[in-house]
Amino acid sequence: MPESLVRNKLIVFIGAAVLLFVLPALAQYAGNFWVRILDFALLYVLLALGLNIVVGYAGLLDLGYIAFYAVGAYMFGLLASPHLSDTFAAIKSLFPNGLHTPLWVVIPLGAALAAFFGAVLGAPTLKLRGDYLAIVTLGFGEIIRVFLNNLDAPVNITNGPKGLLQIDSLKIPFTDFDFGKTGSLFGLEVSSVTKYYYLFLLIVVISVVICYRLERSRIGRAWMAIREDEVAAKAMGINTRNMKLLAFAMGASLGGVSGVLFATFQRFISPESFALHESIMVVAMVVLGGIGHIPGVILGALLLASLPEVLRWISGELDLQMLTGGRLDAAILRQLLIALAMICIMLARPRGLWPQPEHGKAAPAATN
Amino acid sequence: MADIVLKVTGASKRFGGVQALSDVGITIRRGEVVGLIGPNGAGKTTFFNVITGLYIPDSGSFELGGKPYKPSAVHEVAKAGIARTFQNIRLFPEMTALENVMVGRHVRTGSGLAGAVFRTRKFNAEEAAITQRSQELLDYVGIGRYAEYKARTLSYGDQRRLEIARALATDPTLIALDEPAAGMNATEKVVLRELIDRIRKDGSTILLIEHDVKLVMGLCDRVTVLDYGKPIAEGSPYDVQRDEKVIEAYLGAGHKAH
Repeated sequence: MPESLVRNKLIVFIGAAVLLFVLPALAQYAGNFWVRILDFALLYVLLALGLNIVVGYAGLLDLGYIAFYAVGAYMFGLLASPHLSDTFAAIKSLFPNGLHTPLWVVIPLGAALAAFFGAVLGAPTLKLRGDYLAIVTLGFGEIIRVFLNNLDAPVNITNGPKGLLQIDSLKIPFTDFDFGKTGSLFGLEVSSVTKYYYLFLLIVVISVVICYRLERSRIGRAWMAIREDEVAAKAMGINTRNMKLLAFAMGASLGGVSGVLFATFQRFISPESFALHESIMVVAMVVLGGIGHIPGVILGALLLASLPEVLRWISGELDLQMLTGGRLDAAILRQLLIALAMICIMLARPRGLWPQPEHGKAAPAATN
Repeated sequence: MADIVLKVTGASKRFGGVQALSDVGITIRRGEVVGLIGPNGAGKTTFFNVITGLYIPDSGSFELGGKPYKPSAVHEVAKAGIARTFQNIRLFPEMTALENVMVGRHVRTGSGLAGAVFRTRKFNAEEAAITQRSQELLDYVGIGRYAEYKARTLSYGDQRRLEIARALATDPTLIALDEPAAGMNATEKVVLRELIDRIRKDGSTILLIEHDVKLVMGLCDRVTVLDYGKPIAEGSPYDVQRDEKVIEAYLGAGHKAH
């Protein structure tokens, strides 16, 4: 690579890093509401990166992906809220102060549990492809949500549709640093959402590095070979069963981490947050951004996660409901504009907003 | 008998009411090119799919390099040492030519998830070796300059050669080519023939299924002829060409010279 190109890349990289670093400060100035949107966008980036492993690399269309987000969220919710100790006397007697599992334990645990669920839900689908796989995974996603909704009787495990309340905010052990409280740094006020922003950013950066490295490895190539032609991949000695399970598990683990972060950030979860349309939204982020291409996937997630909120704000500012005499409200317009934007993007850029760059053009005809 | 690479005896396969293969055997020695020919529907590809594990045989015994193997899973067969190409080319179209060959190295390398994520020294060394070997193989089959092109953009003949390079990347003890000349024009066939000849001279053992009798006769040391799922002749190309049963199978009974 020429030196100037390396320098250009470095400048872009440093620029992006500085921008990401000061972004919450700017947003905080406009209101914590905006930082909160950024936080959620980062959680969606994490989800989209995880789904990209399954859909983008291994080519397995998973429409139930949000289930792993739910697994992570509920695991943290149960291990760090008063629900279990209030419901079960045995747990109460074991932990008189209630369960407060620290996040540092729960993040790896959430990743592992979600990975386990990913492999378990993936196992029955190994022989399915394309549409059939999509329908079965969609069913699995719904099953998890229905379970969460109904596991409040006969034994109250998930508290059903009422959800889990008073989930711990994140604290750094042995210090008084609490992500849930507004703090200050050099006399500057740092709000809770801003603290979370930096935590989420760190985890997203780590995940990007993991995904990037997996993509350029023996395992990444095996996934892509399965995506391109499963029979040929087998004939090359790839154990497609294990590789597919690995893809399901890896993808699910990122979803699980995202779920844990969501639960500690929101401090309240209910099955409503894990509905089918969330799964579809994450698939849309991956496809719209550029399937299998990390920068594209990130762009797709940021756009689709923040666009609805921006539109909500615009329609609020314009007081749309008043303008149209109550016929059009913000929610409807939002859906309409998002749908319109997606259709336009897919028409104009069918491979996504920022797709994998093409290597070379058509190769010239064969010679010796 | 260390120099016997593949020994199959009594392979049978039935699809419902059709006996696709009955009691087919083949013996391939190291360094040989063995041809498998026969009219359409004779069972060539079925036999091929049986020895490579795509179809589970009803009966038969299979030995590869003196060790028995069970062709029950395709990836196990590749690991045991049989690499194949497909009649209708099956590359990984959206991957580059180099990446296609690198996938072929999968079965002979072993780095896992942790190595990839932490980029251990072992991982980096293995990755460099994979890249280097793959580029060498692309050069070997003569498409080294297209390494960075996506496989689907290569010409038909080059895609065939890429498929052969990918098969070679698995360090096979036996390379099985399923109708490599299908759909090729005369010039491409000449180039292909040179390539197969070179691969053989460099010490590989090849099983060739082919429609093009001229190509088979020119390349193979020995030929087995199938008809209706049964072997009807076996021997040198010269003998097989003059075998009554073979002539009958290809041209029909009553074609004897008067």
